[in-house]
Amino acid sequence: MRYFVDRRENPKGKSLGNRQRFVKRARARIKEVVDKSLKDRSIKDLATGEKITIPTKGIEEPKFFNDGRTGSKNRVFPGNKDFMPGDKIKRPEGGGAGGRGKQGSDDGEGQDDFSFTLTRDEFLDLFFEDLELPDLVKKSLTDVRNFQTKHAGYRTSGTTSNITLVRTMRQSLARRTALKRPKKSEIEELEAEIAELEAKSRLGVKQKERLEELKNLLIKKNRKRQVVGFIDPIDVRYHAFEKVPQPNSKAVMFCLMDVSGSMGEREKDLAKRFFLLLHLFLDRRYEYTEIVFIRHTHIAQEVDEETFFYGRESGGTVVSRALEEMKKIQRERYPTDIWNIYAAQVSDGDNTTGDSGTCISLLNNDILPVVQYYTYIEVVDVQEMEIVRNGEGGSDLWKAYRQVRDGWPIFKMGKISQPGDIYGVFRELFAKDLKGA
Amino acid sequence: MIEEKTKPLFERSEWTFDIMSEVYDAIEEIAHNELHLDTYPNQIEVISSEQMLDAYSSIGLPLMYKHWSFGKRFARDEHSYRRGYSGLAYEIVINSSPCISYNMEDSSMAMQTLVMAHAAFGHNHFFKNNYLFKQWTDAEGILEYLSFARDYIAKCEERYGIERVEEILDAAHALMDQGVFRYRRPPKLSKEALRKKVQEREEYEERSYNDLWRTVPAARETVAELDECEIEQKRRQEMFKLPEENLLYFLEKNSPNLRTWEREILRIVRNIAQYFYPQKQTKVMNEGCATFVHYTIMNRLYDKGLISEGALLEMLHSHTSVVFQPDFDDPRYNGINPYALGFNMMMDIKRICMEPTDEDRDWFPAIAGNGEWRDTLLDAWANYRDESFILQYLSPYLMRKMRLFSIADDSKSPTLEVGAIHNKSGYRQVRNALAESYNLSLQEPDIQVVDVNIRGDRTLFLRHRCKNRILLHEQTRNEVLKHLKLLWGYHIVLTGVEQETNEELYCATTRPQKEEAVV
Repeated sequence: MRYFVDRRENPKGKSLGNRQRFVKRARARIKEVVDKSLKDRSIKDLATGEKITIPTKGIEEPKFFNDGRTGSKNRVFPGNKDFMPGDKIKRPEGGGAGGRGKQGSDDGEGQDDFSFTLTRDEFLDLFFEDLELPDLVKKSLTDVRNFQTKHAGYRTSGTTSNITLVRTMRQSLARRTALKRPKKSEIEELEAEIAELEAKSRLGVKQKERLEELKNLLIKKNRKRQVVGFIDPIDVRYHAFEKVPQPNSKAVMFCLMDVSGSMGEREKDLAKRFFLLLHLFLDRRYEYTEIVFIRHTHIAQEVDEETFFYGRESGGTVVSRALEEMKKIQRERYPTDIWNIYAAQVSDGDNTTGDSGTCISLLNNDILPVVQYYTYIEVVDVQEMEIVRNGEGGSDLWKAYRQVRDGWPIFKMGKISQPGDIYGVFRELFAKDLKGA
Repeated sequence: MIEEKTKPLFERSEWTFDIMSEVYDAIEEIAHNELHLDTYPNQIEVISSEQMLDAYSSIGLPLMYKHWSFGKRFARDEHSYRRGYSGLAYEIVINSSPCISYNMEDSSMAMQTLVMAHAAFGHNHFFKNNYLFKQWTDAEGILEYLSFARDYIAKCEERYGIERVEEILDAAHALMDQGVFRYRRPPKLSKEALRKKVQEREEYEERSYNDLWRTVPAARETVAELDECEIEQKRRQEMFKLPEENLLYFLEKNSPNLRTWEREILRIVRNIAQYFYPQKQTKVMNEGCATFVHYTIMNRLYDKGLISEGALLEMLHSHTSVVFQPDFDDPRYNGINPYALGFNMMMDIKRICMEPTDEDRDWFPAIAGNGEWRDTLLDAWANYRDESFILQYLSPYLMRKMRLFSIADDSKSPTLEVGAIHNKSGYRQVRNALAESYNLSLQEPDIQVVDVNIRGDRTLFLRHRCKNRILLHEQTRNEVLKHLKLLWGYHIVLTGVEQETNEELYCATTRPQKEEAVV
């Protein structure tokens, strides 16, 4: 007796529930590692899931088992080379002679750390846990201008183009059955029988009676067929549609970066990390995101990603040009009723004397009214960071932007000097607003 | 020597269900008619590698309740598989009727053949015929029981919250090894059988009546001579049926702290532990049996011309890596490979039956040269477990071949000492030491409930009978005691005593340390 069963098509991921339980249990520890990982790894790798090594504390499964370092015992090994009874052997380093080490740590882990791979989703979930885009909620609830038509059952009135045949026919069939509408085949049968009788040259009395009866029946049935229509107006059903308000689910992110001579590799690298993080974050919150890269020196231009991060350019620094470029692109391509607009600007704070004022007015009058959120990140020297930590001093641009910040809650700024700072600043910028909740 | 020149059943390495069926029938022919194997009906399921990982994590069972530790296992296995640290097993087989075995979809037809012979016949026969499995496991009911367990625990989670259920399961899992009955309890007799038994006993007493017994003085410990404290203790012992080796059973029946559903969960965990207990005691035999069967069958298939030389070579390649035994000083050494030991011993039994040497005739007078290797093996598979099997059948020849030697490891001594080697004076010693290392009741700590303080603070007293001063791993011991306390609801005191001398080696308690100092 045998059966072969092909299980390959069965749903996979039977262990998903268990896995979630495990991740939940080890959450605190995994989170520590996830947070730390930003310091050690490039952000590019983050999106592909993460090898995680966590201490076993809290996830061990203790059992009673014998401690291999105690007592006395006899053990048997294979592969004797030249031992003779009574030979003394030096105790091997680290636990008993072979074997025990592995066995002792029940699952091959014991004191060691536990390594496994987080999926991309698990990783990002933990990574962006309790981060929020503060003004997103407000906007999508109050400024709903997008509607999507959704199917919402059936109705008895509507336009012809919305008739649903299947539903209509179902109603019709039910009605016809209930009212006993004669079928076409019944009529044809009757007609055939009549024709047969009529064809005969001579008919008996009984047959004549039968013919008469059949003719009456036929008339009756035909009348009934006319009265009970095949499709009656009350059968007709239409698709019903509803307009469902749709939260704005498209986002565009403007990445503005100063690429003038003062921005070295280090600064650019930090900027890139920040942008990538922002992008990942938006990607998880929106169905659809677009990115616009604008780089500027004393002129500003929209470029592709490659050029943005790796292109070489030199020149002076006029920040307002980038803001103008952004304003132009936004007006042309990203109307506010469809797009959620985010902007992130990274710079080392240099600006041509006198330009900062222009920036302030551009931001106040044109940009901030249309964006959801605007972040400004200043890349500073490590030493400078030490000096100005929490202080309000800073570059020309920083001082100018401080004035803007005071007027706009959606405008946030922060300083970074090394990769480790990025996540902290990022969290600060996007931390859930507890007051709002 | 090709007997009947026939066309091989398959030439290419891809498998299809049609070829699998044909090959299965050919294997069955050999297994049943030549090897006289007796198997449950087979249900062979083809699964993907991902599903194999799923099956791994829930200890190889097709249905299992949810618990984070399975998720942990899954995360680890998946990690090491994806990174290429470890491969997956070719098969998983479940002791059930029908006997379910999982085959991997990426295996070649030759591997599918090997796996079918190994699991669907080798393991299957062992499950159905070994006395431990017959006594302890219910192959027909296990799937139903697992499905009940899974649903029951899911329902509990819904009603009482995942956290509380998880807490109970954590604690129960910690005691799983102490949640089995190691010694057979006779099955409950029916009334008819019971009456018959009483009658038999009476008859026996009549027949063997000897007036002499009447004159033997009564035991000293009559009730009158015990002091009050001892009477009390005796009463408790009777009330709780102490001592009790099955901690989970004891807690399930007697814990003052558990609700009905929590007791049921303990019961589920201990039933599963008991279901696996025979497998733990027969690793060498079970794998040896399956390996011996697949090896014999694949050679027979080849002899009959049913598989091609290429297929045979592919199987042999995999076979040799399965039975590979690295030496003790090899970096790959990780204990004695049960496949290797089991398979070698069984091949050796065949040799002893067919071509014995004088030495074999000395050591195994009962089977040497009997010419009946099939029956001899069938008998061994049915009536032994690892420990007794090694004690009975490990031959000097094989000990020499594997170059086995024993090491005396006394933690007090700075060096290890070679105890015995594969020579005339050492064979028995090596064999005994090896057999002992497969005796689970010696390898797993023997911890029993010995007393309960019912009048006072309800402390539960456990005794660990240590052998040769081997102690428990301290840190995990204390963790397990915490779990025990959760289930019992009151404090636990665990005392370790040396088995032979009754000398107290340690005392661990869940009571706060300060209090202990006062006591």
